[in-house]
Amino acid sequence: MTTTLLDVQDLTVEFMTRRGIVKAVQHVNVTVAKGETVGIVGESGSGKSVTSYAVMRILDRAGKIADGMITFSGLDVRDAPEKEMRDLRGREMSMIFQSPRTALNPIRKVGRQIEDVLLQHVQAQPSDAKEKAIEALKRVRIARPEERYHAYPFELSGGMCQRVVIALALACQPQLLIADEPTTGLDVTTQKAVMDLVVELTRERGMSTILITHDLGLAAAYCDKVVVMEKGRVVETAAAATIFRDPQHGYTRKLMRATPRLGVTLRELLPEDAPAPLAPAPMQEESADKTPLLVVSNLVKEYPRQDATSTLATFFRKKDQLPQAETFKAVDGISFEIKRGESVGLVGESGCGKSTTSMMVMRLLDPTSGIVTFDGEDIGSIPAREFAKSPMRKRIQMVFQDPTESLNPRFTAVRAIADPILRMSDIKGWAAVRARCEELATQVGLPLELLDRFPHQLSGGQKARVGIARAIALSPELVILDEPTAALDVSVQAVVLNLLEDLKHSLGMSYLFVSHDLNVVRLLCDRVIVMRSGKIVEEGSAEGVMDSPKSDYTKELLAAIPHPPL
Amino acid sequence: MNQRPDLDSAHIAATEPPTAAAAIAAPAVVVPAAPPKQTSVFAHARYVIAENPVTGIAFGLFVLIALCAIFGPWIAPYDPLASDTLAALQGPSAKHWFGTDQLGRDILSRVMVAARLDMAIAVFSVALVFALGGLSGTAAGFFGGWTDRIVGRIADTIMAFPLFVLAMGIVAALGNTVTNIVIATAIINYPLYARVARAEANVRRDAGFVQAARLSGNGEFRILLTQILPNIMPIMVVQMSLTMGYAILNAAGLSFIGLGVRPPTPEWGIMVAEGAGFIVSGEWWIAFFPGAALMLAVFCFNLLGDGLRDIVDPQRRT
Repeated sequence: MTTTLLDVQDLTVEFMTRRGIVKAVQHVNVTVAKGETVGIVGESGSGKSVTSYAVMRILDRAGKIADGMITFSGLDVRDAPEKEMRDLRGREMSMIFQSPRTALNPIRKVGRQIEDVLLQHVQAQPSDAKEKAIEALKRVRIARPEERYHAYPFELSGGMCQRVVIALALACQPQLLIADEPTTGLDVTTQKAVMDLVVELTRERGMSTILITHDLGLAAAYCDKVVVMEKGRVVETAAAATIFRDPQHGYTRKLMRATPRLGVTLRELLPEDAPAPLAPAPMQEESADKTPLLVVSNLVKEYPRQDATSTLATFFRKKDQLPQAETFKAVDGISFEIKRGESVGLVGESGCGKSTTSMMVMRLLDPTSGIVTFDGEDIGSIPAREFAKSPMRKRIQMVFQDPTESLNPRFTAVRAIADPILRMSDIKGWAAVRARCEELATQVGLPLELLDRFPHQLSGGQKARVGIARAIALSPELVILDEPTAALDVSVQAVVLNLLEDLKHSLGMSYLFVSHDLNVVRLLCDRVIVMRSGKIVEEGSAEGVMDSPKSDYTKELLAAIPHPPL
Repeated sequence: MNQRPDLDSAHIAATEPPTAAAAIAAPAVVVPAAPPKQTSVFAHARYVIAENPVTGIAFGLFVLIALCAIFGPWIAPYDPLASDTLAALQGPSAKHWFGTDQLGRDILSRVMVAARLDMAIAVFSVALVFALGGLSGTAAGFFGGWTDRIVGRIADTIMAFPLFVLAMGIVAALGNTVTNIVIATAIINYPLYARVARAEANVRRDAGFVQAARLSGNGEFRILLTQILPNIMPIMVVQMSLTMGYAILNAAGLSFIGLGVRPPTPEWGIMVAEGAGFIVSGEWWIAFFPGAALMLAVFCFNLLGDGLRDIVDPQRRT
């Protein structure tokens, strides 16, 4: 019989806001047994983080626990004095935050930060603190811990930083670890390494873990029990093994359906009751014109590497004694083509040069060398600053990664969509422009009454639609999609991906789809290019690359994706 | 604590198209059920004042000062320039609330009428520096390179002087007029505006919406005017309110040492200077009331700036 470590009963959390009281979490019941890993899964705004903040009692000023009981190994968390809670946090329960870099103090050595925690909770004396801190670094498999002790967070990679955060969280051997989206923003291979580490470390100490995530695959792969939350309520609680095979609640089923995975088509991501999509327009068979739309050959982008030579040294040395300025090749001689009406996926982990490549093709960035030819014309030689005035500008457009950041907060939706039309089309007069915007809004499924709203009054999915409408406003031939769904919930992602697929068929555009998510790329693309450290490591048809990868790197990428057991 | 429940989703999900309505992340439940409506600036301002009553007080003070500045000459009980030697140096009384000065002029009337001149100097100098510093700073942050270097060095040069001494020098060199006080006040405030505008423009230089504007065929200069400037305007307005108090203080300071406005024109700085000699002999009210008016005005603009910042950017609230 396992003993219960954490017992949350009937928890309701309220926030005071200027529009009245908002119940972020209502009547939530969660229990965590000793040594158990519990996943809390839900989309943004489902209350999963608020629940964990309530458990740690670190809700901000506006929030309060309105109702319910939280018992942590016999202690009533809701009524415990603040002093007792402060002692509890870090020593008995600790937390791993979403972005490791912001969770660390940027101007303090990581070793010192671990010491701080140890000393705070009297787990070490000043005399042996350093030794114990290095020991903690060693436990999270950081290579050369003695050196890393002196490193600052900015000197470490994202995955490394997350290891340090884990070392901090586990330094005092807590009984409960709360991991709030611990791998969001990390590459898929790093994600696997970090999650394996967390599970291993917690299992060997018999610790309990709460894993908060939006990723069903991740929850399935690492949790014993899964709690699905929607709108601040728990809709389903079941063992991880059974919940994915036999989901009981409609919402769980919908989430499962919307998660891209092997062996499904784009249409199958939509809920069963979704209206049938428009009859797919007859595929415009490639015209006699077989010339590729975009040809990129031997494209290179170099950045000067910050070297140790100071300006003063440069000043005193003679010209010929200066060390050759070292350069860093973000993109290292890549070549590829995109045919008319084709979707090509550009895949790789962060820092592989995929975004740099797309910016150069987009003509927002000047390449160091290499040729970019669009429809037979060399566009690579036009400086990025002057490309805005080029007639080619309207033939290449882009959908940005973050729908919020890519909309001017001071422009209404219609003004944002109208911007390219006003600048570059023949449509004159506001009434005509507005009519065109309404036509575009209808095309992307944006209700017309939303056109006069500002971005902050729109949801993520709606903002994504505005961004897509703006990109297709001038009927471009090539659209670059830079992780267009990375900031969206899975169910919204499913809708947006389907929209992009429909638009491609009805407007006959080509896509260059930049993404780190192989599952999504497979759904939308005909061909896939895999990049690593500025070079192309594999290229081929989407099925070919996914089903029988040739390079080791692609195999590694594919293996790292967590799959729900279906 | 970035996981605040997002209220906006509440009224938005309702209007998501049918395909997505079923799929979209559901909103937190609002109690009581709030009708979906746009929040006006007015409603937001009321919320901020309710949260922080000091802003309300500052706004009340501002209205009072503005009324004096506009209607001062008509609502003042006496002629601010009319001397009455029989009533000289009287303390505060029912007849003369703030007392009278050495020439028997009513101090209340003089304080009220002086509001117009002091406010005018502050408003014009701040407007001038807002236009100059805001535009050049934005250009510096957005274009970088030589523009940035030139604007930056100009700001550094001005900062290298003790600012009040610099203002004295400018007024002394250009001539002793109100216009020159306005110019001098604008110049010494220039670095503040240029730097704030530069920093704000710089972080937005490659923001997504700026890139999107480039894709839409906007030239760099048009992007500066239509995309960058409107977005840094709120921060600049806060900056204006915060420096307004400083501008008033600077104008009064110049008058206090005898530069700029000359007697018998009613002006807070001159009045304090004239009254300073009488404090030792016990006639404190001559310097006290104009000094208090000055203090309240500076106070009011600083608090108002804080309140405006809360409205513009709630996250930076202290």
